[in-house]
Amino acid sequence: MTPIRASVRRQARIDRPPKEVWDLVGDPARVHEWFSGIVSCNVEGDRRVITTAAGIEMPEKILTVDPLQRRFQYRITAPFLKEHLGTIDVLDVGDGSCLVVYGTDAEPATLALVIAGAAGAALEHLNEVLEGDR
Amino acid sequence: MSSRRKILFVTTDQQRYDTLGCNGGQVARTPVVDTLAMKGVRFERAHPQSVVCMPSRSTILTGQHPATHGVWMNGVPLPVGAPSVAEELRRAGYRTALVGKAHFQPYLDPFLRFAENALSGGAPAPTGGAHRGFEHMETAAHGPTGPLHYARWLAAEHPEAVGGYYQVLDSAMQVNAAGGGETGAPQVTVNPIPRDLYHTDWVADRTITWLDSLESDDDWFCWMSFPDPHHPWDPPEDEMRRVDWREVPLPAAYPATRSERERILDNKPRHWGQWYRGDLVSNYEAPATWVPATLTPEQIREVNARNAVECELIDEALGRVLTRIAERGWEDDVDVVFTTDHGDLQGDFGLLFKGPYHVDGLMRLPLVWCPAPKILPTPAVVHRPVGLVDLAPTFCSIAGITPPTWMAGSPLPLDDDDADSRGFERVLTAWDSELFGVSVRVRTITRDSWVCTAYLPGTSHDGTEGELYSLVEDPLQRTNRWDDPALSGVRDDLLVDLWSHQPRVRTPRPQLEAPV
Repeated sequence: MTPIRASVRRQARIDRPPKEVWDLVGDPARVHEWFSGIVSCNVEGDRRVITTAAGIEMPEKILTVDPLQRRFQYRITAPFLKEHLGTIDVLDVGDGSCLVVYGTDAEPATLALVIAGAAGAALEHLNEVLEGDR
Repeated sequence: MSSRRKILFVTTDQQRYDTLGCNGGQVARTPVVDTLAMKGVRFERAHPQSVVCMPSRSTILTGQHPATHGVWMNGVPLPVGAPSVAEELRRAGYRTALVGKAHFQPYLDPFLRFAENALSGGAPAPTGGAHRGFEHMETAAHGPTGPLHYARWLAAEHPEAVGGYYQVLDSAMQVNAAGGGETGAPQVTVNPIPRDLYHTDWVADRTITWLDSLESDDDWFCWMSFPDPHHPWDPPEDEMRRVDWREVPLPAAYPATRSERERILDNKPRHWGQWYRGDLVSNYEAPATWVPATLTPEQIREVNARNAVECELIDEALGRVLTRIAERGWEDDVDVVFTTDHGDLQGDFGLLFKGPYHVDGLMRLPLVWCPAPKILPTPAVVHRPVGLVDLAPTFCSIAGITPPTWMAGSPLPLDDDDADSRGFERVLTAWDSELFGVSVRVRTITRDSWVCTAYLPGTSHDGTEGELYSLVEDPLQRTNRWDDPALSGVRDDLLVDLWSHQPRVRTPRPQLEAPV
């Protein structure tokens, strides 16, 4: 019973309006502003290359940028992943704040946890970034 | 010369109680630690508060239980602002260093988010003067990979030696199940690395270099943290001449036949047998694709031979450091504390590695404290239960500092009378794992020569299961007495004690951020 792939979810409640949060997380060129450990990114069309603090370059394909649902999806296309889908949803909870859900589906399973772990920390940082904008 | 005592704190990784000569071990020769035990205090019943690395090491550093410091499993980082005994000592004027394995934060870190991993890219002096109270940190783990000082040094200075090590993770980033050596045992390979390039000697060398950088009258606390004898079992092959694996006896707790193994395991909560048969992977602490039922007696002998050689190399490396301490004129001023973070099953019940199995193989640890000779310590053996949670307050006590109130433990007793007078009655151990939809939660109390383990509801248990063993009548913990009506009073009394002594819980609970 060895897991081949995994699906891991992280979420954070952010006390800012959904549109304000979406303006940041829905912009593929601003990921390094809130995702700790990503130091830069380069976007060309539906292709993005992020560079981590460890100096690793990860090529990505942008799949969905939907401002109506406030959903962003991307796929890491680096060869060390057999499969990957990242999904970020900004959900309006109706009181002027929002819930940001970051889903990571990946094979191998171990890397899903590594990426999701970083995503969870990124959501905490996102909260700090937006609080800092106040 | 300062009148304060200096502290050499020596840890190994995943070393069993019975691997030391002073504890009755018959395979590895450990004369250096045996001598420390003869001159100082040897503990017969020292338990970790978690049987995996990160939670246990965080307990050592903070003096808190895993529920309190928050590192409930490998992969959960210890918050950078967590309390630290090293910081207490530094504030008191001690020079502080950690050389070797730290592992307070995850290793799998492609985003380089964790300070301890980032440290290895620069000088061993952390920015800001100290990290977790250590003014000097040089890190190592079980091989030549990862963001660690040893790995960077080996790759830069001796790249030809890198490839000889076992590859700890496979291509799927799982703990590697590939077998090697002469028996095909998992996590074993023949490593041609010369001894002086192996991480054990590197840790001792770097410790000596740091000690040499100190002034004679400096007070110092040095945590020398050897990565061995944790798997992989790949010591320098030239050293394997020390032990013929064919001559290594099988563990007393190894049932000889498969039917006997299964009978014993089936008398324990179901996750024991499920793992043995390859039906359940509940954690990241053993190769996920390895099935324990395939383990052969020959593989156990070879693993344990390699383990013994690693223990001997550690003992000799410690001897070199103690020689240097004597050459510096510090011999009478230094307290030496030797222990490990948790044990290894090493063939017990037909199992290897570790997991949610609170038995002696994983919980009974080597612990030796040789106080500074200048205080004229009385040699003793302590039989009462103590925990690694007691180490941080012990270091404070040695340094003449009142242990802070955030430390949960108490300074270690010097003998059984001291233990009795200060209430060393019980020791607690906990396990919490959640990995890919499987959760296991375990709470254990060891008291009055009983080990009582309760399982909280999870994906494998409904909360009614447990284990109860008499350490006197059943020292190998073969027969689970949890459901024995004749012992229900003993069990219920232990459970009341267990639940009434649960540690403070950190909220919110930190999240799992990596597998390890």
